[in-house]
Amino acid sequence: MHRLSNPGLSRRDVLAAGAATLAGSAASRDALAQEGVNLDAAGTLEAPSQPFHDTVRLTVNGVIRELRLDTRTTLLDALREHLHLTGTKKGCDHGQCGACTVLVDGVRINACLTLALMHEGDDITTIEGLGTPENLHPMQAAFVRHDGYQCGYCTPGQICSAVAVLKEVDAGIPSHVTHDIAGAPALSDEELRERMSGNICRCGAYSNIIDAITEVAGTRA
Amino acid sequence: MKPFSYERAASPAEAAAAAARRPGARFIAGGTNLLDLMKLQIEVPSHLIDVNGLALDTIEPTPEGGLRVGALVSNTALAADPRVRRDYALLTRALLAGASGQLRNKATTAGNLLQRTRCPYFYDTAQPCNKRRPGSGCAAIGGFTRQLGVIGTSDACIATHPSDMAVALRALDAVVETVQADGATRTIPMADFHRLPGETPHIETALQPGELITAVVLPRPLGGRHIYRKVRDRASYAFALVSVGAVVQPDGTGRVALGGVAHKPWRVEEAETELPRGARAVTERLLAGARPTRDNAFKVTLVERTLGSVLAEARG
Ligand SMILES: Cc1cc2nc3c(=O)[nH]c(=O)nc-3n(C[C@H](O)[C@H](O)[C@H](O)COP(=O)(O)OP(=O)(O)OC[C@H]3O[C@@H](n4cnc5c(N)ncnc54)[C@H](O)[C@@H]3O)c2cc1C
Ligand code: SF4
Ligand code: FES
Ligand code: FES
Repeated sequence: MHRLSNPGLSRRDVLAAGAATLAGSAASRDALAQEGVNLDAAGTLEAPSQPFHDTVRLTVNGVIRELRLDTRTTLLDALREHLHLTGTKKGCDHGQCGACTVLVDGVRINACLTLALMHEGDDITTIEGLGTPENLHPMQAAFVRHDGYQCGYCTPGQICSAVAVLKEVDAGIPSHVTHDIAGAPALSDEELRERMSGNICRCGAYSNIIDAITEVAGTRA
Repeated sequence: MKPFSYERAASPAEAAAAAARRPGARFIAGGTNLLDLMKLQIEVPSHLIDVNGLALDTIEPTPEGGLRVGALVSNTALAADPRVRRDYALLTRALLAGASGQLRNKATTAGNLLQRTRCPYFYDTAQPCNKRRPGSGCAAIGGFTRQLGVIGTSDACIATHPSDMAVALRALDAVVETVQADGATRTIPMADFHRLPGETPHIETALQPGELITAVVLPRPLGGRHIYRKVRDRASYAFALVSVGAVVQPDGTGRVALGGVAHKPWRVEEAETELPRGARAVTERLLAGARPTRDNAFKVTLVERTLGSVLAEARG
């Protein structure tokens, strides 16, 4: 995504831009005020100034967790700041880098672009849940063997993504580079590179990452 | 993000009614566009209605021989559906050309259609933008416009709709089904769904406030060769500079829609009569009246050449 530099500026302009003008009656205004929504004299909506809280129950790495959270909490922040599972990384916080990739009911997603409250009852797996230092997941072991990282910051996201990629190929989900979308996708380098393109590595460990994934794919076959 | 209250909707009609009742309310589906913009305080809803619990995540055959795609079907599930791969390959190809695997797992059919039509200056809250703040001006006009629109633009806005999926849906003549706040339902053809910017670039679609998309209906399969070609600065995980979606029949007739050139997926049915005469003839009609900038004049040539290669592939 193309983003221009964003010097620290007052947010007031933006708020005004996002405000909706309403022809609210006094009664509806009071009803709304009780819910924390305020209208100014002109009937313009003011963004609520107080945070709202809600509870969510999710299973994280096999353990049921109940959290009371500010509604704004992303799944990523719930994992890192509330459950102290700091393996999952925050890179861009905007869906652009893949460092925050986790598995939700086995499916890979960007934890930064989803609210924790939207995951009531879901089963979340983070890098900590895939394996332990004593008992590595095969994908973790392969990344170590093939030097699939340098600084390691993108690695938890890469590994979670890679585990899910192999499942997606198994399930026959095609990709942008699949030649015949009617048939089963192959496990070529080209396929793996395309499927892993949502995980950016600033250290450029890409070729070793592909080697690691290829090894795991091969040993499973 | 600004504080917001949160509720899970129980039914489509209740979701629409709740949205109309609560000023400043927005639906949230995958969240991949809305949360991105909320973090930058470009979107500042005071209330979110989570529609993920609504049972709108199935793909069913229609009596007319098409498919009804629930609003919450993920981009991955839609692309991978065997019926879509067989009969609407253009749609599968377009979906797979968009975003990343992780994002497609979360992105929904309705959310993809409703991702904001945007430009880099829309993201920069220090800049004037008629879309973000009506009447404030447009920083893109006279600025850096390489990615921006070449046709259907206005003096108020030259942004492009970024969706790949929408280009395919436009070529396939899909129809959007909705429910309104009073419970009434209606259908909107893709041709009328997205709007040109005109004087009101902040209004991007034909939806009324609080109107909920429940499904997108694909008409009966067209047959023919389905090709989606996306030209971008990286081989993967980038928005289109130009994209061409085409369905070409054995006799050389067909349909063409473009992405990356306008405020909406761009299709001109009359231009399709030129298909047997080749890419140049089609492009002349398709982009007649284009007003490119110095930075993006290359898009006109790029459309012609990309269409040329698509037509060659369809013949081959
Ligand atoms: C890094 C990045 C790269 C991307 N690259 C591409 C790309 O190359 N090609 C491409 O096409 N897209 C791309 N996208 C955009 C992506 O496809 C969209 O963000 C996604 O499709 C939005 O779907 P969602 O379900 O997450 O929507 P949400 O963010 O949940 O919602 C988007 C909007 O739709 C509204 N909405 C949602 N559901 C409904 C409903 N049922 N009825 C009425 N309103 C509704 C919401 O209120 C909101 O205004 C990219 C996104 C990111 C972050
Ligand atoms: S082109 Fe449109 S979105 Fe971009 S700055 Fe101008 S008004 Fe805003
Ligand atoms: S931190 Fe989520 S994609 Fe970058
Ligand atoms: S190992 Fe450093 S970013 Fe990938």
